[in-house]
Amino acid sequence: MNHLLIAPVLMPAIVAPLIAMVTRHHMDLTRIFSLAVSVAVVIATLALGVQAMDGTVQVYELGDWNAPFGIVLVLDRLSAMMCILTAILALVINLYAVGSDWDKRGSNFHSLFQFQIMGIQGAFLTGDAFNLFVFFEVLLIASYGLTIHAGGARRFQAGVQYVVYNLLGSSLFLFALGTIYAVTGTLNMADLAVKVAEISPDNTALLRVGAIMLLLVFCIKAALLPLHFWLPASYAEAPAPVAALFAIMTKVGAYAILRFFTLIFGPDLAATQGLGGEWLLPAALVTLATGAVGVLGARDLGRLIAYGAIASMGTLLTAVALFTPQAAAAALYYTVHSTFAAALLFLVADMVIERRGAHITPKAPMAQNGLIAALFFVGAIALAGMPPISGFLGKLLVMDAARDHDMVWIIWAVILIGSLVTILGLARAGTIIFWKAYDATTKAPEADEQEEEAIHQPAPALPVVATFGLVAGLVLLTVFAGPMSAYATATAEQLFAPEAYIQNVLGVPK
Amino acid sequence: MEILVASAVGIMTAAGIYLILRRRTFPVILGLSMLTYGVNVFLFATGRLAIGAPPILNKYADVPYTDPLPQALVLTAIVISFGMTAVVVMIALGAYLSSRTDDINMDDAATETGEDA
Repeated sequence: MNHLLIAPVLMPAIVAPLIAMVTRHHMDLTRIFSLAVSVAVVIATLALGVQAMDGTVQVYELGDWNAPFGIVLVLDRLSAMMCILTAILALVINLYAVGSDWDKRGSNFHSLFQFQIMGIQGAFLTGDAFNLFVFFEVLLIASYGLTIHAGGARRFQAGVQYVVYNLLGSSLFLFALGTIYAVTGTLNMADLAVKVAEISPDNTALLRVGAIMLLLVFCIKAALLPLHFWLPASYAEAPAPVAALFAIMTKVGAYAILRFFTLIFGPDLAATQGLGGEWLLPAALVTLATGAVGVLGARDLGRLIAYGAIASMGTLLTAVALFTPQAAAAALYYTVHSTFAAALLFLVADMVIERRGAHITPKAPMAQNGLIAALFFVGAIALAGMPPISGFLGKLLVMDAARDHDMVWIIWAVILIGSLVTILGLARAGTIIFWKAYDATTKAPEADEQEEEAIHQPAPALPVVATFGLVAGLVLLTVFAGPMSAYATATAEQLFAPEAYIQNVLGVPK
Repeated sequence: MEILVASAVGIMTAAGIYLILRRRTFPVILGLSMLTYGVNVFLFATGRLAIGAPPILNKYADVPYTDPLPQALVLTAIVISFGMTAVVVMIALGAYLSSRTDDINMDDAATETGEDA
């Protein structure tokens, strides 16, 4: 067994309690430990990525119990890619949190942060459905703490909504798992795939109920309309580094849909025929439209970007809902892009909000107006999907994958008009915030001294560096679009041929 | 037995959902607890109901046994839901103490004036 497989889960899990218990009164030590483990996780996941590159499926049996009796971690191309994405995003956000002193504004930021990383990495690696539930809970309980980090009445209120919504989702998850277990007698994902395929097509009522409930749970996580209500308030009110980290949380839902509905409830399976795609596609398109309208209508910057994130989830799930290898490859490319783009915008928005408040109204120009405006511009064209940044390529891949679908005109229309509306909304916000500031006719509201000081405070170097790291990620994704989409295509092919996955999990020689 | 368990799950889930749809945090938290009780009993029943049977296989005699896995699942679910309920109570208390209202709706007036807490 390759012990490196568990490292992305184990390293944060060891460091997080250490930070919480030993170094909590020493901010410098805490930061050093936290950053060190973030770097270590990046290295470990990159090593895993290299190993997964050739298409082998590696299995790690916890406690050396054979599947399906023990819990397994499984590394294939998809898991490796999502783990690397999480690790890099976590490192950048960690740098931003340290540089902008967000981590000092409440207690235990870094240990909660590392627990969250542990949960996300675990969710991507696990090969057991109940274990997936447990890792969901780990990442959720850490995110509950992070959303209310630094306190404040509105943040607490948004936190309550977020927690209640997700607890409801967790209960539904348990109902779904219980139903599926009652039908199949197993919860190991590979074993489920075998057992579900053996069920006779005329006795599948319970199984279909379980599958639909699972789909609902993952749609809650992925913020698919009409299950998206938790997202705008909690993302807009959460501290900026946390909101940026949440850019990967919605992707956990998309990942789970992709994993479950290719491996277990595959598109060719008679028992659950037509459960995934038929419902998912219209919902994803409506999500995209609603997100775009939300961007246009938002009056505060946090909400604007939260709706932008919803719109990008709509695009992503449109690609997922097509359930073809080509569409899945497009979805994977778009996942990487939209995670970086949304995180970038949340961080830039934080620089703006720290200086002049979240409300989109003209105010006196702030320090480094040009720099922040440029970063906002890059983030905006990335999120809206304009050339030359990778969002354009991502949307192009998604549209190309939809070419053979019956609803191709509707899909293309929604994606294109949605992009246009998103551009309008982002352009409106950008002009008001960055350009109207210089308009001579604009009467800046009387700012008291404290506000005055905040406006003229230049950003420290580290957060800017972290933000530029995300920009670099987007640029690299554009420059190396060829190799990246080749990897995504290979990943999608592996996903739609799950035999190797199943054999490796169930038939591993000791 | 089946009717008793099934109706218990059904009633607890229904009550839980009704309470979650209230506007104040206290009933909502009660509803969430009800829902988790309902799901725990439901999980317990997924291994089929057997009375007086041990969750152990006996290789010497063909005695009835009950599926041990749902019991392990229920145990995990109980621990998690207990922890989650504690967290939601604390966050709800924080929200109540800082905004002096336990309404689950967010006050839109504060957004409109651009106030940031």
